[in-house]
Amino acid sequence: MIVTILNIVIAGLLMGGIYALIAVGFSLQYGVARVLNVSHGEFMMLGAFITWMFYTVFGVNPLVSLAISGPITLIIGFLLHRTLLTRIRISSASLGVFEGKSMLASFGLLFIIQNIAILIWGNAVKGYTYLDSSVNIGGAIFAANRLVTLGFALVIGLVFYLFLARTRLGKAIRAAAQDPATAGLMGVNINQVLAICFGFGALMAGFGGVLISMCFSIQPTMGFQFTVIAIIVVVLGGLGSIPGSFIGGFVLGLVGSIVSHWQPALSLAAYYMLFIVLLIVKPTGILGK
Amino acid sequence: MDIGRVFSKRSFVLGLLLLLLILLATSPLYSPRYTVVLLSNIFMYVVITVSWAIFSGPTGYISLAPAAFFGAGIYTSAILGKIFPLPAVIGIGGLASFCLALLVGALTLRLRGIYFTIFTFGLVELLRHLLLFWECTVMGRRGRIVIIVDNTTVYYFMLIIFVILMLTAYLIRRSKLGLALQSIGEEEDAAAHTGVNVTMVKVITFAISAFFMGATGSIMATKWTYIDPYIAFNPLYSFMPVLMAIFGGMGHLYGPVIGAAIFTYLEEFLITRFPYYYMLIFGIILVIAIVYMPEGIVGLIGKLWNRTSARKPSHT
Repeated sequence: MIVTILNIVIAGLLMGGIYALIAVGFSLQYGVARVLNVSHGEFMMLGAFITWMFYTVFGVNPLVSLAISGPITLIIGFLLHRTLLTRIRISSASLGVFEGKSMLASFGLLFIIQNIAILIWGNAVKGYTYLDSSVNIGGAIFAANRLVTLGFALVIGLVFYLFLARTRLGKAIRAAAQDPATAGLMGVNINQVLAICFGFGALMAGFGGVLISMCFSIQPTMGFQFTVIAIIVVVLGGLGSIPGSFIGGFVLGLVGSIVSHWQPALSLAAYYMLFIVLLIVKPTGILGK
Repeated sequence: MDIGRVFSKRSFVLGLLLLLLILLATSPLYSPRYTVVLLSNIFMYVVITVSWAIFSGPTGYISLAPAAFFGAGIYTSAILGKIFPLPAVIGIGGLASFCLALLVGALTLRLRGIYFTIFTFGLVELLRHLLLFWECTVMGRRGRIVIIVDNTTVYYFMLIIFVILMLTAYLIRRSKLGLALQSIGEEEDAAAHTGVNVTMVKVITFAISAFFMGATGSIMATKWTYIDPYIAFNPLYSFMPVLMAIFGGMGHLYGPVIGAAIFTYLEEFLITRFPYYYMLIFGIILVIAIVYMPEGIVGLIGKLWNRTSARKPSHT
């Protein structure tokens, strides 16, 4: 009995860590750059495939790949915002119009990134094994790579939180989140900061992808399901809050593992149920004002 | 003088529309079968797009629920297709979506901005997964067979739905309801203060737009023979109308029609010519359209028209 509970809880927390990491990036992109990035999961997929490629071709350790995949997705995200989204932002009459248009533009990006990935890597399911020795936690048995994943997710989240709270650039990002126009007047290079923010969002997705590829098999079309999960987590935790994203991620991970324990077919439906009930009852999320 | 010109312009437009309608109504008699199929497909997207634009155009609420209503229509057709005659099935499909929209609208229309969008998106996913669970676990088999109807019948039903929808859209635009929707889009609180029953107006319009999507779903389902939750509640049907409406331009009634027609044709063209690069090209076109054509095709043509007509006097 206790082992079963332990199993469910630990499995939920392990999944929740990755969910949280992806959601932090999504939350940042919406909370600051105001882009509901439907292509968020595609950046995760890119991170996963770059890691897979480096591991199988050059034998690069997946954890070292964090330092390769991360910067690549960061640069792609940054450039996309500087070229595309900044242009849309300037030509949009109001914030509402920008939100709508940037969401649709990111929907176009979803197709573009996904199909480029299919052209490069093919549509087959890929995977590799890394650190798959088992670890026994009080009777519950898990693969070591899952635990490493959770640890890295937590560390990355914490470092990023400290970056936002303590550094000058972090302060500029927070200022831009509160009021872009005023932040611009206070000497923040707003286009640059928003683009960096979008890039950081992509970076988080890329990190998430690296960690996912260590534990699960990957596919070029896997991105969208993670985008959907990011949306749910962000709504759970409150848009634009990093601690909220982590709480939301763990809640969702736990709900998923509890439901799939007795009815695996219902776990996704349970996510949406939770999500829809929460939107009706408290749309600003658990930590929202 | 002026009144005479306005009047003649109006009768000219009416005559043109009538001619177009006659051409469309008689086209199955002389055009190849492929054209009829293509035209029904175009009608499908046009109807979904225009009915999306009835609600979301003036109010600015971006709904990603079309797939839910379209899917509800598809499933109505799959369940009732063997029992009732086709017109009844289409009516019931529309009504089912209408009721679903009333329920959803009553629950959610107090959500604003991006929350409404996210909710409608989640709704489609929830319906799909619940149905999937129901079919796999309770019923024990996934998917259903739909009775096939011949292409010409599908075409005529789509034409009728299209004509009724355009009339409805035109009347709503000209009526008090249209003005109320416009005022909600501009400033919802102000609209409520001037005596518009905001919730009522939104829910009713949302439901009317859902009716047409459901009716379209139940007639188009007959073309697929087999359906399952992944086909019926495909989120693509939610995003496409939004893209098509924006591509066409939402300032005018005919903007979404033109956008949907061009986009559907483009899709068909790309699928047959570049099957491997189709989605990639599609995505690129989409991004370019959003970045470079903020007012859509109609806006772009209007701009070009103004430029050429403004240049003429300066030369003479």
